[in-house]
Amino acid sequence: MRHILELLDRTAAACPQGYSFCDETESNTWAQTARAVQAVGTALAGLPGGVQRKPVAIYMERCAGAVHAMLGGLAAGGFYTVLDTAQPPERVRAILDQLEPAALLTDAAHADGAKSLAGQCPVLSYETAAATPPDSGTLEAVRAGMIDTDLAYVLFTSGSTGLPKGVAVTHRNVLAYSEWVADTFGFGPRTVLGNQTPFYFSMSVTDLYGALRSGACVQVLPKRLFSFPVQLLEYLCARRVNTLYWVPSALGIVANWKALDYTAAPALHTILFAGEVMPTAKLNYWRAHYPGARFANLYGPTETTDICAYYELDRAFADDESLPIGRACRNCGLLILCGDRPAAPDEAGELCVRGSFVAAGYYRQPEKTAERFVPNPVQGAYPEIIYRTGDLVRTNDRGELVYCGRLDNQIKHMGYRIEPGDIETAAFGQDKLDDCACLYDAARDKLVLFFQAKRDVTEELRARLAERLPPYMQPAEYRRLRQMPHNANGKVDRKALAAML
Amino acid sequence: MHTIEEIIGMIEEVKPGLHPAPEEELVKSGKLDSVDIMSLVMALTGEFDIEITPLDLKEENFRTPQAILAMVERLEEE
Repeated sequence: MRHILELLDRTAAACPQGYSFCDETESNTWAQTARAVQAVGTALAGLPGGVQRKPVAIYMERCAGAVHAMLGGLAAGGFYTVLDTAQPPERVRAILDQLEPAALLTDAAHADGAKSLAGQCPVLSYETAAATPPDSGTLEAVRAGMIDTDLAYVLFTSGSTGLPKGVAVTHRNVLAYSEWVADTFGFGPRTVLGNQTPFYFSMSVTDLYGALRSGACVQVLPKRLFSFPVQLLEYLCARRVNTLYWVPSALGIVANWKALDYTAAPALHTILFAGEVMPTAKLNYWRAHYPGARFANLYGPTETTDICAYYELDRAFADDESLPIGRACRNCGLLILCGDRPAAPDEAGELCVRGSFVAAGYYRQPEKTAERFVPNPVQGAYPEIIYRTGDLVRTNDRGELVYCGRLDNQIKHMGYRIEPGDIETAAFGQDKLDDCACLYDAARDKLVLFFQAKRDVTEELRARLAERLPPYMQPAEYRRLRQMPHNANGKVDRKALAAML
Repeated sequence: MHTIEEIIGMIEEVKPGLHPAPEEELVKSGKLDSVDIMSLVMALTGEFDIEITPLDLKEENFRTPQAILAMVERLEEE
């Protein structure tokens, strides 16, 4: 295969009447999706100069139509970038300045915002584009000129400093990744995925392209339901969702409110998570309610399409034990390096990735690309690019990879190397604790544990950690928050916490 | 008995910059996101002598300041 939309052609032919992408107000079959994608593709291909191998920006809410817009960009031979409509205009502009899109697709609700952002770039109404009579001849001619190393999308990550970085992902990346994820977790026409993650976030790639490959249905879940856990579960039941791939914070909302004890449990058989460390106590709540379901902890940065390692739960874990990230996905090679040499068997080192999931690099950022996408230092016989994740891992006694935090987050406190995740893991399991995050206040050389709990459990936490951790890992300060801050992807917002130090 | 001003005041504290009218829609419009609503729940249970159970935590009860007030008064009676 050389183009992602070959997956759509195949699925639309095999199950034309099966549900494809659905949201609160709209349900589509694969036949309808195929037609909408062709229509949008035709509209984009008809722009002066077309959009082949050019960027197409999408400025829409997370909805079924946005998926058609994204795939429509691909049908016209372009690659897309999904913009976050909730972001401040300056940041969206910073992305558009780097991207210089050939077209900007938007819906009626965001047309005014889109026009003020677009500058010289032509703005296309999604509604008009989706009503364009499909011209399959033109689209076939465009497709014939594409190869699998052409870009499919550019996904902008926040980047810890300054300019957003656009991760450029190829058709080959998504073809290889979607094959692995659909095979490994048995996605098929009976799978109904409940999509939680935004389309500008790499985790949504699993939902969208796992479905495109296997004929699964994606139910785009309304964001506001993540405020109302019982109603969220009712919605999953009503939409017959059976597979979740959420950030741990979203699964944690259900666990914190013990929502599964208050309503009929949706018929879930597969529960996957990634994006941040899963607190084991929250996971155990879910496992107790779904003893027969498959649970897996997935790990990977945007630069490896979505995921490069995974661990499927095969044993019980205590509330204060952490989960491994397991082993490499098919067609992913993982190396643990200390500088440019392989780590010793029980030494922690930087996780580096090679293989078909590794993205092409950062869009229009050759220097940033050269920092992270580097020649494999332990194999010099022929050129091979690896991606340095900046994450520390080690191998446990079972041969599973264990995440040990960020290379650049490592705390040196009282002469010891400390990983905040170890402190958080020990704190989780405390009764009434909903969430916590440990930060290092470098200016005062102190560890600060932020937590959210139903009542003040500072003293219990202090006693609990004193039992479980050495003195140099004891937080000097405990700060109870009404609500742990979360970023747009639903993950704990450590930058916001750092600002509170 | 509580006043709608009390409720609006608490919303404004949770979400600086927001000054909702009593019947203003808060949830579907995205004016309050999940983090804001959880903060508001903490504020309401801290301020008033009520317990908000998972079954009370539903969209209808948080749709407008007026709906929140009605929920608080109902829970206080219980």
